[in-house]
Amino acid sequence: MADREQNDSDSSGGWLSAFAPIAGFGVTFATMFTKVVTEEYPEQKVPTAPRFHGRHQLNRHPDGLEKCVGCELCAWACPADAIYVEGADNTEEERFSPGERYGRVYQINYLRCILCGLCIEACPTRALTMTNEYEQLKGPTRAGLIFEKQDLLAPMLGGMIPAPHPMVPGTTEQDYYQGKVTQAVPEQQEWVDARTGDDEPAQEAHR
Amino acid sequence: MTVTEPSKTPVDLVTLTIDGIEVSVPKGTLLIRAAEELGIAIPRFCDHPLLAPAGACRQCLVEVAMPDREGNVRPMPKPQASCTMTASPGMVVKTQLTSPVSEKAQRGVMELLLINHPLDCPVCDKGGECPLQNQAMANGQGSSRFTEVKRTFPKPIRISTQVLLDRERCILCQRCTRFSKEIAGDPFIDLQMRGAKQQIGTFSPGVLNFHVDLPDPVVRTSEELEPTPQSLQQGSSEDESRGASHEHATGTYAADNLTTTGQALLDESGQPFASYFSGNTIQICPVGALTGAAYRFRARPFDLVSTKGVCEHCSSGCALRVDHRRGKVTRRLAADDPAVNEEWNCDKGRWAFNWATGADRLTHPLVRDPETGELEPVSWPYALQVAAAGLLKARDAGGVGVLPGGRLTVEDAYAYAKFARVVLRTNDIDFRARAHSAEEEAFLGHAVAGTGLGVTFAELEAAPAVLLAGLEAEEEAASIFLRLRKSVLNKGKKVTSIAPWASRGLIKLSGTLIQTVPGQEAAALGTPEAAAAVSTPGSVILLGPRLTESSGAYQAALALAAATGAKLAWVPRRAGERGAVEAGALPSLLPGGRPVSDAAARVDIAAAWDVDSLPAQPGRDTARIIDDASAGLLPGLLVGGVDPDDLPDPAAARAALETASFVVSLEVRASTVSAYADVVLPVAPPAEKGGTFLNWEGRWREFPQALTSEALSDGEVLDSLASEAGEGLGLRGEKAGSAELAQLGRWEGARTERPEAHTLAPASATVLSTWSMLLDKGRLQDGEPYLAGTAHRAVARVSPATATGLGLAAGVTGSVTVSNDRGEITLPLAITPMPDGVVWLPSNSPGSPVRARLAAGNGDPVVLRLAGDALMGA
Ligand code: SF4
Ligand code: SF4
Ligand code: FES
Repeated sequence: MADREQNDSDSSGGWLSAFAPIAGFGVTFATMFTKVVTEEYPEQKVPTAPRFHGRHQLNRHPDGLEKCVGCELCAWACPADAIYVEGADNTEEERFSPGERYGRVYQINYLRCILCGLCIEACPTRALTMTNEYEQLKGPTRAGLIFEKQDLLAPMLGGMIPAPHPMVPGTTEQDYYQGKVTQAVPEQQEWVDARTGDDEPAQEAHR
Repeated sequence: MTVTEPSKTPVDLVTLTIDGIEVSVPKGTLLIRAAEELGIAIPRFCDHPLLAPAGACRQCLVEVAMPDREGNVRPMPKPQASCTMTASPGMVVKTQLTSPVSEKAQRGVMELLLINHPLDCPVCDKGGECPLQNQAMANGQGSSRFTEVKRTFPKPIRISTQVLLDRERCILCQRCTRFSKEIAGDPFIDLQMRGAKQQIGTFSPGVLNFHVDLPDPVVRTSEELEPTPQSLQQGSSEDESRGASHEHATGTYAADNLTTTGQALLDESGQPFASYFSGNTIQICPVGALTGAAYRFRARPFDLVSTKGVCEHCSSGCALRVDHRRGKVTRRLAADDPAVNEEWNCDKGRWAFNWATGADRLTHPLVRDPETGELEPVSWPYALQVAAAGLLKARDAGGVGVLPGGRLTVEDAYAYAKFARVVLRTNDIDFRARAHSAEEEAFLGHAVAGTGLGVTFAELEAAPAVLLAGLEAEEEAASIFLRLRKSVLNKGKKVTSIAPWASRGLIKLSGTLIQTVPGQEAAALGTPEAAAAVSTPGSVILLGPRLTESSGAYQAALALAAATGAKLAWVPRRAGERGAVEAGALPSLLPGGRPVSDAAARVDIAAAWDVDSLPAQPGRDTARIIDDASAGLLPGLLVGGVDPDDLPDPAAARAALETASFVVSLEVRASTVSAYADVVLPVAPPAEKGGTFLNWEGRWREFPQALTSEALSDGEVLDSLASEAGEGLGLRGEKAGSAELAQLGRWEGARTERPEAHTLAPASATVLSTWSMLLDKGRLQDGEPYLAGTAHRAVARVSPATATGLGLAAGVTGSVTVSNDRGEITLPLAITPMPDGVVWLPSNSPGSPVRARLAAGNGDPVVLRLAGDALMGA
């Protein structure tokens, strides 16, 4: 609206119209003195905005069990059909998440993903979030841009044991969601040791 | 009049107003259906069109006003359940669309239903196709006032190896229990406890806190065939006492009078068996309370591509919905087909589809390397070249026998029939990969082939009486069983069965048994009882698979039908058999019921097929093909989906495959036949090809290809093979075979003569009786352990007197060994009221491969003894 009025006043004549042919240069000239927004990427890496939508991450509970329940709601929400999930049953021998179900196959195709974040809004367990990472999302092959579960899983932090392992003894699925589990307990470590079989005493304890 | 004709009697109509719209509906219509007529959807859970109204969930509340005696329309004080109230004249109904009262009532009910619901939709299989989810969104309110702790139950309990129950999700609509009682007749689950603790469940001691003497449920793998010593001790002494009271020849068995206990009532996993129809409860559960172990967590509705399908198992031809994801079938559901299966199917049809995807699936043509003697993968052109050359050579050296098997689509069976006549120039073709007889063949030519749609499911339902001759409907054609049961309950149909003992299926039909020693069915069909059973006009006689082993039975059945006016229908066991009869895959029949022996029929077909003449000599049947091949008189064999262990003499069949100089096998998976073959040509399973099955009614059941696949159907392979052999079949394309067959039309000339009377076989001391169970060790049930766990445990059955004769003291249970010169089978014994001197074994259940081990069938003499005992009997 304002522009149009401006134009109108220009076209109506007046002494300013004499400068019209060089008015564009004025803009150029003025810009030379403003702050430069160009970033010297990749020589200089500027941190992204805190809520930047970067590569996804599949989070873990504090004891290392996975949060993803394989529900496919993220895949359902995805407008670009970039996510592929297959659920499966947790068993006594192989437990990946608290509760009955876990995500056995988890793939995000970054050739399709438009990083809109609808998937993380859909995720009922906060398993799926987005990181600020964007540099991995490039590559020469199609296969390389389909990220598998192991590429997306969050790093192990202190107090975590990689799944599969049992839940903290005496807890339920609810306790995990209510934040009552804060780290892995020795029983879980013993179970893992017994399974890997490289720790004789622990194996005894398991029996 | 049959129910297929539109009813001419005017129906009483009542006129009422729903949401301000006037509508006239037949008297007795439920309000919820009347609203549907107008396109008004009232939310509901427990209501199901095929189940009796229950009014259990209260979701369908609407405001109703009715005229009183003076004719003033007065509103009822409270909202009413529209699924239980029938329409009456002048009624004024206001649904949630026009009445705030209804709307509030429905929202309130939804809030109540969700109070104890776990809302665990993300981990629930029903999520995305859940009536509770959908209606909570459409008719519920966004929030709940309930802030207290929800009632919880341990997640899920196993009702059978296949069905899982999550009680937290259940809304107690009782669709599942009503289905089990009203439709299947297996009350395997029921409502238990009261108030907030009310729940669906089995009679599980763990839940109900009582003590029973059932064995611990053991999940047995299909490998563990042999009964364990421990499992042999189970069972109950009640067998004896109950059995003794049933020693008359004919008796009516009430549904609550189960004749056996113990082993015979357990499934393979050691639980009291659930039901052959349990999958339907999963399908109709409006929430995710009942889920199937096989489909658990496999997919979401939006992942699935659905195609229509037709079940490839029995001859009922149930409509299916085949759901697949990424090139693999993930589940099958019963599709809605009122003319055939209504909305139900059996567990075999629902779950047995993994057989086609096993590791032994054939993907490439194989040709036997002359040097190494091994089958080597080769290209299609080379394999076809070798196969065609070999078959032509064998044809000229003495002939090729064709055994297509009984599981083909019409198109494929027709291709075999045409290939045999045109390329192999022979009538040596027989689809019957099972016990068979010349009498049966004559009967098929006389009364079945080319007769079109005969008795239908609707006629069967309307028939006042049905005689099952040598047919166990529940085991061998499950949808027939459901239809029969429906009209037994609703219309008081009388079911009579000619069998040695009253099976569970017959008991659930409140049927009458004409107790018959196997082999003597012809005599039973001639008895006054049989005539009385079908004397009411409109009665139907169903002829089952066992009659083929009973001399004179078809003759007797035709005579009975002629004498009483009852209609006859032939019910084979396999999905492809009726189609194969129609296609002419028999030694004495050309397509459309044309007899080979009729010159005019031959000319007819020769002209249509564009050949000079057709072989005039009737061909060899399965048994003769096998005998002649093993004697070296028939150098070539072309075999489709045939398992030698289904044939009357499996050892002879193996010898034939061994001796024949050139064997071509068309198979989906590596099999016994393909192991003997010189050329193996892989073909497509039903999910990977389109086609048509002809069900027992004679109804064309077309189905499209579900999965994208490069596999060729039998018909396409035979077409290519014929081209390679220098003859054209002209059967390219999915529907070419059925189109050509339809064009040939039915034979109007003289039909095959009715079967001749045969002399009855003399009864021997101990004879075998056997039939296949719905769930057994069949090849088409491979790869489905959850389903296998629900199969009935194999038991041997003898009469109380026979058991005593074996030296079994009253009140003791044990095992018996059934043997002949070929081998023996030992099974736990269930004492059953049945003729003395008869022992019954399931045909192909775990631990009981009757044909493979004994090479014996119905009416054959066997020797019986207590397991681990000296010989007794004949
Ligand atoms: S990431 Fe979240 S939304 Fe996606 S499958 Fe896992 S739990 Fe469901
Ligand atoms: S289990 Fe399902 S079908 Fe059965 S009562 Fe509960 S909600 Fe209804
Ligand atoms: S649908 Fe009417 S009470 Fe359930």
